[in-house]
Formats: sequence, structure tokens, C-alpha cells
Amino acid sequence: MYVATKGGERAIEAAHAWLAEERRGDPAVPELSLAQIREQMALAVNRVMAEGSLFDPDLAALAIKQARGDLIEAIFLIRAYRTTLPRFGASLPIATEDMAITRRVSATFKDIPGGQILGPTFDYTHRLLDFKLAAEGAPVPTAACKPADANPAPHILALLDRDELMEPLEHSDATPPDLTREPLEMPAERALRLQALTRGDEGFVLSMAYSTQRGYGRTHAFVGELRIGRCAVEMDIPELGFSVEIGEVELSECETVNQFTGSKTEPPQFTRGYGLVFGQNERKAISMSLVDRALRWQELGEDDTGAPAQDAEFVLYHCDNIQATGFLEHIKLPHYVDFQSELELIRRLRRDAKAPQQEAAQ
Amino acid sequence: MSKLTPQQDARRNRMGLLARANPARLAQIMPEMPKHNVLRAPETGAVMVRGRTGASGAPFNLGEMTVTRCTLTLEDGTVGHAYVQGRDKDHALRAALLDARMEHGDAEASKVLETLRLEEIARRQKRAEKAAATKVEFFTMVRGED
Repeated sequence: MYVATKGGERAIEAAHAWLAEERRGDPAVPELSLAQIREQMALAVNRVMAEGSLFDPDLAALAIKQARGDLIEAIFLIRAYRTTLPRFGASLPIATEDMAITRRVSATFKDIPGGQILGPTFDYTHRLLDFKLAAEGAPVPTAACKPADANPAPHILALLDRDELMEPLEHSDATPPDLTREPLEMPAERALRLQALTRGDEGFVLSMAYSTQRGYGRTHAFVGELRIGRCAVEMDIPELGFSVEIGEVELSECETVNQFTGSKTEPPQFTRGYGLVFGQNERKAISMSLVDRALRWQELGEDDTGAPAQDAEFVLYHCDNIQATGFLEHIKLPHYVDFQSELELIRRLRRDAKAPQQEAAQ
Repeated sequence: MSKLTPQQDARRNRMGLLARANPARLAQIMPEMPKHNVLRAPETGAVMVRGRTGASGAPFNLGEMTVTRCTLTLEDGTVGHAYVQGRDKDHALRAALLDARMEHGDAEASKVLETLRLEEIARRQKRAEKAAATKVEFFTMVRGED
């Protein structure tokens, strides 16, 4: 039960003023600009865009600054902001095969058309702190360059698909369900699950994916392909009668190759898991593809082992960190009346429990 | 969708180029704003970006992006449209104006577009070259002698 309480206004105002001061930190230290956050904290910006479910690097940088670096708070700000925007429409589905690739690796084949491109990765770094970064004014680092060939880089799973080794994908242009418009209800079709996972909390989705690797709903995943780069976004413009590109987004895409499906009549085929996330965020893309695959147990005729990652209701209703933090943190707000009734109840129970003892003693 | 006419195709290309352009750079190379009437003032909204399950299957909703749109006419009534990425209203206004000027057959406007086009190609080429430098060149060590 909630009741309006009064009297905290002055305290709240003072708390907000102090928050603003603390956010700024020591005024002797130069203030962060949004451009600095956008350019030098790019992966934090990417995470806020992915989980805030709004691609706009400048807004994400602002949210991070306002939230003092608390990314869930920043995601909250972005989610709140996006509700104020009119929806112009939906894009055509992005053609990730046309991605301008900055990173692309396959764990299943060494030699792939278009090649393995490492891109700006933390892999193979030694994870030793670089104290040179602690000093300011270091020379601007420059990346190596090499003439780029225009060889196409087709999806690797499409090559396996050609040999009928992959389970077939049903191509369609059906309008997908949208959990920002309709409440998420079970059973959730795969399109809805993918939407929930791509905006889901990175830590939660990672842990769910990890649990499948450790045996709770094992899916035997190989990363068939991981690619990161920029993709064009195209939308039909009614006033023109044709589609135009309305911008570009950076995406991370992961396709996994998993163990088999098949039956007495159908020869075995590899199965798929899929992850697609805003920004450069391969941890999230890989995690998403593992959880997507684990959630497909029913349609692939696998056993329900009772693993958390197989439980769509559990995964989808708990992966959203804004819903989670909202419900979790509300318990610190005044519940005086609720608690008053609890107090009355426990006093009565204790009285009732003591009464027979007292009677017996008499 | 039916096949586009060459004019529609050109418009499609330039609207895409303008949508992706850096707003500050566009303002720099197109400082002048010829007379125009705004039909639909620059308005910022969201577009739901969709992906495909498994890259080629059924569509799903990935998340939104910010877009600003604008429609205007030149003095002679030529209409210009813009849908640009982000929340910059001046960007949308300039893009719509440039679209209208191109519809009108303005040679100066096509120079602005050509500059943007060349700069975009150079920018993409640079990124592709950095990516190419990180391409793995596998070699196999042969052991034994035969």
C-alpha cells in the first residue's frame, strides 16, 4: 500500500543539489565533455545504446555523464527519453551481409572468403595495466593501414547452408511483435525473444549463456561467425514512394553453429543461435546467440532439462535491468503503512503464542 | 517495389548521403540558405530498426534510432525532403533544402553533394584499410622432411 507523505521536499531539493555537486566532482579537475565520453568511452556508450534500445551516441554520452557513470541509471534515462519521441516507422530489415566490416572472425573455418579480420580487439592483449595511459599528452596512436581488397565477405553459415548442413531459416517479411508496444507475453515467439535479449542486461545474458556452457542446458556452440561493422538503415518513405537510407548503425552480429537436429525421415543438420546488438559489443552478441539457442529447445524437439537458460519465462522476465532495478529499488521507498500492519500482526502472533504459556503457568 | 526511374534513384542516393553526412561539415560547405518555405518543420522522432533472425530469416525489432525529418519548398514550389540520422534540426533543414535544389537542377548544390560523396568514400576507404591491416595471414609450419 502506498500513501502520499509530505515534508521531505526541502531534504529532496538539498539531496539533488548535493548530487549535482558530487557529479561534477572536484572543480579543479576539468569537466568531461560529451565528445570525450563519446570518443573515449565508446564501449560504455555502446552498452547504453544497446540496453537503452536507442542508437544515438551523443544522447548515450549525455546519459552517462548525468548518471555519473552508472550505466544502468544511464540506460534508464535513455529508456525514459525514447518514450517522448514520436515513432516515424520501422526500417527495412538490415542486410548484415553488406556490413562495412571492422572485425570478423570465425572459430569454425580458418580460410574463409573475405578473410579473418581482427579489428580493434582486446583479444591477444596481455591485460596488463598500461601506465603510459596514466600520463596525459602522449602522442596520438595511429593504426596500421593496408590496401583493402573489395572481396565480398559472405556469411559463413550461408556457405554451410548451401550444402544443406544447416537447419533452414524461414525467410519472411512478417511484421514482428514489438515489446515496447505490447506487453511481453508467453509463449514468446523467437522474434520477441531476440528483441528482449538484445536490450537485456549484458551481465544477466552473459551469465545465462555461461550457464549453458557449464552444462545447464548445454548447446555445444561454435562461433560460426562474429562480425562487427557499420550497416545502412533503410526505410520506406511514404511521401516519396520508395525507400531511402536514413543513416548507419554499428552492429555486432554472432551466428553460432550448434549440435544437431534431425529425425528418422530428416538427415541431421546443424542448428543455429543468433545474436545482434547495437555497437561494438561482442560479449553481448555471443551471449545472446547462446541464450537464443538454448531457448529453442522446444521447437528443435530437445528435452527440457529444467535449466534456467531453457526457461523462456525466467530469462525474458528477468533480463531487463530497468524493470529489475525499478522493482528492486522501490523497496527502499517508504512502506510505512505496509510495515505498520506487519508490526501489528507480529505483536498479535506473539501475544497469542504467549497466552497459552501464561495460562499454563497460572 | 517497382523499378525506380533514374531521377528517383539519384534522389534516393543523395538523401542517403545527406542522412549520413556530418551536420557540422554540411553547414560548413553549404553556409547559404536560399529562400524557402517550410512545409513540415524539422521534427525529431524514432525509427524502429529491424534485423533478421539468423541474418536472413524472419524480421525482429532490434531497437530504435533517432531521426529528424523536414519538408520544404523553394520559392518556385519545388519540394525537398529530408530524413537524417540524429537530432540535429539544422541538419534536416539543410538536407531538405539541398534535395529541393537538386530537384530544381542547381549546379552549386550538386558540387556540395559531390564533396560529401568524396569525403565519405575517403572515410570508408580509410576504415577498410585499417581493417585490411588486421587481416590474418595464416601460414602452416611444415614439420619433417619429405
